[in-house]
Amino acid sequence: MAEYLIKNGFVFDPVLEINGDKVDIAIKDGKIVQSTEIKNPTVVDAAGKTVMAGGVDIHAHVAGPKVNVGRNYRPEDKLFNYEPRKGVKRMAGGFSVPTVFRTGYKYAQMGYTTVMEAAMPPLYARHTHEEMRDTPILDQGAYPVFGNNWFVLEYLKNHEVENAAAYISWLLRTTRGYAIKIVNPGGTEAWGWGLNCNSIHDPVPYFDITPAQIMKGLMDANEALRLPHSIHIHTNNLGNPGNYETTLDTFKLFQGEKPNNDFGREQVMHHTHVQFHSYGGDNWGNVESKADEIMNYVNNNDNMTMDLGCVTLDETTTMTADGPFEHHLTELNHLKWANTDVELETAAGVVPYIYSPNVKVCGIQWAIGLELALLAKDPMRVFITTDHPNAGPFFRYPRVMKWLMSQDAREAQMDALKWAEKVRSATLLSGLDRELTLYEIAAMTRAGTAKALGLSHMYGSLKPGLEADVAVYDYNPETAEDPELIEKAFGNAAYLFKGGEIVVKEGEVVSNGNKKTLWVDAKVAENPQVQRDVAEKFLRYYTVTQANYEVNEKVFMKNPYRIEVDATQ
Amino acid sequence: MAKIISDVVCPFCGTLCDDLEVKVSDDGKEILEVYNACVIGTEKFLHSQAKDRLTVPMKQDEEGNWNEVSVDDAVEYTAQMLCNAKKPLMYGWSSTNCEAQSKGHEIAELVGGVVDNTATVCHGTTLIAVQDVGVPSCTLGEVKNRADRIVFWGCNPAHAHPRHMSRYSIFPRGFFTGKGHKARKMVVVDPRSTDTAKMADLHMQIEQGRDYELLSALRVAIRGNPLPETVAGIPRETIQDVAETLKSGRFVVIFFGMGVTQSLSKNHNIDIAIALTRDLNDYTKAAIMPMRGHYNVTGSGQVLGWQFGYPFCVDLSRGFARYNPGDSTSNDLLRRGEVDAVFVLGSDPGAHFPISSVKKIAQLPSVCVEPHYTPTTAVCKLHMPVAFVGVEEGGCAYRMDNVPIETRKVVEPPEGMLSDEEFLERVLERVKEIKGVA
Repeated sequence: MAEYLIKNGFVFDPVLEINGDKVDIAIKDGKIVQSTEIKNPTVVDAAGKTVMAGGVDIHAHVAGPKVNVGRNYRPEDKLFNYEPRKGVKRMAGGFSVPTVFRTGYKYAQMGYTTVMEAAMPPLYARHTHEEMRDTPILDQGAYPVFGNNWFVLEYLKNHEVENAAAYISWLLRTTRGYAIKIVNPGGTEAWGWGLNCNSIHDPVPYFDITPAQIMKGLMDANEALRLPHSIHIHTNNLGNPGNYETTLDTFKLFQGEKPNNDFGREQVMHHTHVQFHSYGGDNWGNVESKADEIMNYVNNNDNMTMDLGCVTLDETTTMTADGPFEHHLTELNHLKWANTDVELETAAGVVPYIYSPNVKVCGIQWAIGLELALLAKDPMRVFITTDHPNAGPFFRYPRVMKWLMSQDAREAQMDALKWAEKVRSATLLSGLDRELTLYEIAAMTRAGTAKALGLSHMYGSLKPGLEADVAVYDYNPETAEDPELIEKAFGNAAYLFKGGEIVVKEGEVVSNGNKKTLWVDAKVAENPQVQRDVAEKFLRYYTVTQANYEVNEKVFMKNPYRIEVDATQ
Repeated sequence: MAKIISDVVCPFCGTLCDDLEVKVSDDGKEILEVYNACVIGTEKFLHSQAKDRLTVPMKQDEEGNWNEVSVDDAVEYTAQMLCNAKKPLMYGWSSTNCEAQSKGHEIAELVGGVVDNTATVCHGTTLIAVQDVGVPSCTLGEVKNRADRIVFWGCNPAHAHPRHMSRYSIFPRGFFTGKGHKARKMVVVDPRSTDTAKMADLHMQIEQGRDYELLSALRVAIRGNPLPETVAGIPRETIQDVAETLKSGRFVVIFFGMGVTQSLSKNHNIDIAIALTRDLNDYTKAAIMPMRGHYNVTGSGQVLGWQFGYPFCVDLSRGFARYNPGDSTSNDLLRRGEVDAVFVLGSDPGAHFPISSVKKIAQLPSVCVEPHYTPTTAVCKLHMPVAFVGVEEGGCAYRMDNVPIETRKVVEPPEGMLSDEEFLERVLERVKEIKGVA
């Protein structure tokens, strides 16, 4: 494999504590190596440019059944944005729900190399893997949803954490999943009857367990299994005024808990798209930001991580396993509504949404997403996302970075809101003069996310021995003044190396790379009871046989990459 | 010693039953028995064993005589036909696996073809309605475990999806439905007294083509608003009774078929059926599901969706994907004379398209990839026989509720027989050579 030397760039790497120094990065055999180890490299001149590890997205909806519903039921999403086939690129289109090809190319052009699909219904795992298989360039993994799974509800109701863990191990292996995702715990099962759980103490109909018990029990199982990632939570009561209290209640469930793993992960829980969970007030008239209260807790408790879910003020397509929320949303905006309840496991809904700068609440949501990042004391625990495509498409990350790095850019957007004064008074954003640095951005988009995923041995840094995923941006931190340059440069990587291969060259995709699909194989002691329970449920309540449930690695996955964990001790 | 292969997936209809058992001879070459399948599914397996099965490609000469050709010749003819055409129609895809569909899409992209599937003449109207109003739905296991109100509208599962009622919708006892059919109310809406209708608690024998009116009336009745004495031939009291039955259910499911998708009003029927389902969600839980026919027509829509963003009639001839039902749909293109070659795989337009379209196919350079003799193979210039997917070849298929299942291979195809995917792979290689693409 070719050797490369990326010379003279301004390097930002929080793991190596390199903050804009000019450091040469050497690549050999697909890995980062010491400069002394390469003999005859191709030299890439990065003078005047910014160099970072490849981006790692901890939470996006890019593959699977609800994503494809979004594509198929929104032909209008493809208007004016289709790109023809060119060179190695397939034809590709779509704005808020791009085709798989466009997803790969767009992320690559942003300098991202690893993207995790944030919610995989286990029964549809095969579909999710088929889409990931067709997504070029990116290393990917998918989180199966567990928060409304009947096995989990029954085991945890009976305080059988060991059985829950054995079941989780089985399901991760069967679906080739990566981590434990929890979406509206209990509430989505209640949605099977048209109901919901609005607080973490609302009992789930029939199952007689509360969301708090589900989340706590799944954390215990996660730590017993010593999984690379922690539980990944989207808690109850998303998107409602006053919901910050539910969010804090959720955070507090895990106060003082300690992680247990060999992957360097330090959190016991990751809370996703916190912007949607940080609302004060008690109706849409008086909704206000509670980002300060949320971040006060996060800053003082280092056993958790979170991502933002920044609203980008675009027309987009919302999609979530929070089935009752999507019904609530369609009642609110009267746009088309898709819903699928999935037997024994979960549900999901899809509703288009327009975050209009002319709507006060949208302005408040936009401000809250940014406030969360600006109030964060530890950028290694707070990550940039848009909950793609829920709060906006992922290719707006460079725009979010611009807002976070420039107060002028934020104020310009604030002034462009129709209800700017009302937004100012309901939020804290105008009072925040912090401007994030590239070093902090590197933590929020690479080093921190890789660590939280338990993947810091592969991604997130330019440390020798790691995957040679390197992004070079045409951005000179010493001379750049115009904040628009941030958005332009970080949306059009000058170079992207993926696994030691050049994938983007001067802004153009030149290779489809050699993607990996990550999954976690957690070994547990043999558990006859769980084996019996699985067999019985398949016989009596599922509509596919147990033998037809498992994802066939050879057929459905491209370069499967198994991460082994031994939890038999 | 015969052996039994279990958990076999049936490659016939959208019900995609996956509990079949197939008894094969010891050498793995012959299917002896098929257990658990319905009569149609059984026939699909046994038919692959027909002694007179065509195994060599056949080509029509100018006088209309059929001559055997080699597989290489078949690949060459197909690749040249597709490359020489300005706008080839690549139709079918509903009776093959997703892997073959994917390969076909890549060819279509290179040659600038139109990819359309059988939804174009069955549930395409449903897909259009979903684009208008969305679709609240569920998996078939939710029906089995929760549903206590089942509506069959313009469909006849007793004949078209023979195991649907026993596996999923009427008879099974699920988690919250321990009494099975005894605790379910079954409503059938159909102008005919079908075998399904005869089983119903309530059969609304609607006047033909007046589904939109009856669906509207049900929406009115659910809101408790006044109705005329009869709507679509159904007395007011019956409509009110049905509305009350649905509202009082814990979980309502409406299944609908081509009786509504291809009758007057077409996609508007489905728009309002979905709207009715949405309305019911204000009172209880309700879902709606199309009764998809081919076992993998749903998969074709899915693969097209993630690769191009649209579920059927995707026109790639301009270098980017374009979707416009009524314009980029197969019959419109054929009847307007807008396509100059036809490639058919995994369906039988000769039997199901209007005769005016079939005549056009007969006049054009055309290839039919198909294990059987069909009306389509009779009008195409080249008949390329292939292995049966789901019998002689595995691969992914999507059930009517979009659940993907991996089909299983139970016997070897006749010697030298290619699968759809293998044939398409060879065509793709040749197309790349002709087009000079790396």
